[in-house]
Amino acid sequence: MTNIVSSLGRTTIAFILEAGAVFIMLGKVSRYLLQLWKNRRLVYEQMMVIGVQSVPLVLFVGVFAGAVASIQTAYQLKGYISYNYLGAATSVAIFIELGPVLTALVIAGRVGASIAAEIGTMKVTEQLDALESLAIDPLRYLAMPRIFSGFFMIPILTILADFVGIMGAYLVAYINLDLAPEIFFGSVKEFFSLLNVFSGLIKAFFFGGTTAIIGCYVGFNTSGGAEGVGQSTIRAFVLSSALILLNDYLLSIILF
Amino acid sequence: MIQINDLHKSFGDKVVLRGVDLEVYDGERLVIVGRSGCGKSVLLKHIINLMEPDKGYILVDNIAIRRVGQSDLFFLRKQFGFLFQGAALFDSMSVSENIALPLVEHTNLTSAEIAKKVAEKLEMVGLPGIEELRPSELSGGMKKRVGLARAIIMDPKYILYDEPTTGLDPIMAANIDKLIIELSEKLKVTSIVVTHDMQSVAKVATRVVMLHLGKIIFSGSVDELYNTENKVVAQFVKAEAEGPIQPKPIKY
Repeated sequence: MTNIVSSLGRTTIAFILEAGAVFIMLGKVSRYLLQLWKNRRLVYEQMMVIGVQSVPLVLFVGVFAGAVASIQTAYQLKGYISYNYLGAATSVAIFIELGPVLTALVIAGRVGASIAAEIGTMKVTEQLDALESLAIDPLRYLAMPRIFSGFFMIPILTILADFVGIMGAYLVAYINLDLAPEIFFGSVKEFFSLLNVFSGLIKAFFFGGTTAIIGCYVGFNTSGGAEGVGQSTIRAFVLSSALILLNDYLLSIILF
Repeated sequence: MIQINDLHKSFGDKVVLRGVDLEVYDGERLVIVGRSGCGKSVLLKHIINLMEPDKGYILVDNIAIRRVGQSDLFFLRKQFGFLFQGAALFDSMSVSENIALPLVEHTNLTSAEIAKKVAEKLEMVGLPGIEELRPSELSGGMKKRVGLARAIIMDPKYILYDEPTTGLDPIMAANIDKLIIELSEKLKVTSIVVTHDMQSVAKVATRVVMLHLGKIIFSGSVDELYNTENKVVAQFVKAEAEGPIQPKPIKY
């Protein structure tokens, strides 16, 4: 029993220390946001990597998420509520939940893991030390552009995912239920609320930031060569995904 | 001048430095020798505060490097060039981007001026015209020389070399040694070279110190090194299996 309690205590302390270290890193990085213009080239590069290069994946996931949402919603409405409300039901689900969460989870796999692997490899091959020796702070040069781009680009990707998601939902509704576009989109329009869209984008903002922050933190704390880099990659993905879902729950309580 | 005073460093239970005292004089080529894993690279990294000591301090031109704020630390680091053991070139950049990085970050030079300086330094290390190659396309010796070109691009006052000839063939190693001497003489820099390559020591050093069991146990010229009566140093210099140093890895 004593062992269990002491083990629990150690784990809790380790968790608190690590969470503290993440916030300390974030505090140091945030100072460099004032130098955003000076570092615009680095930020632009990361916006391309995190945002633009993720577009095909986000489009793919968005279309199929919307299509599945449409099929599931139609199944639940069947016999109880008119299919005329299918557009409203799927669009609300896409705006507030599916768009931001699925986009963020996909980005956690593609971008969060890649940030951790890239920075982790730089750590174990002394490239981070080399940056420091050249009087360049890795937090400014590597972390700030990635974290800023994470916060900024994921909401944009979410808007894209929302749009193609609704298109995917309509496509399925048209193919399976022969639903006319004016009925589907009329219902989307009738129940459209900017608040829903913004709530989803606020979630996406925090999910994107969380993914980039975790990727950077895990990368900077990589040790042990190639094996360590592999472990960091997995750790970044698992931690980011878990925190996205935890954030989703907390933000849902606050926003709705 | 660099003064290292009573430097201690441990990693968990492993004690690496146990009170190192060392002075590095302006313009000299100081070579630090010692067995693999004895803490030579750790000592070198402390000099530019890439590692923080558990105890003790380092003065660079009478400034305590550990006490200064980040902007002053970066100002001090700009006076150093550091050649890493594996060259530590940035994979995502070309050779010219690697070498130009400090100039891009710390100066207002135009692209043409930067390109000219990069070409000049590449010429100096004997690799003209390879600006557009990627680090993955370079051999080990080329990587080290590109790393050296990057280390000297800001015309530093001090150059720190971490095992510059390790893993190179004898001819390439001799070329690197020649470069170290030329840079020291042409640019009047102070050089600190960490190595266990005794051929390199004989060519490069104006003074040698030996690090053993976390302490400096010898300081003197190359001649004094080869004629020392210290049995530990003599065994190391003569590369003998029998002697006070055990061939098996040392347990600190």
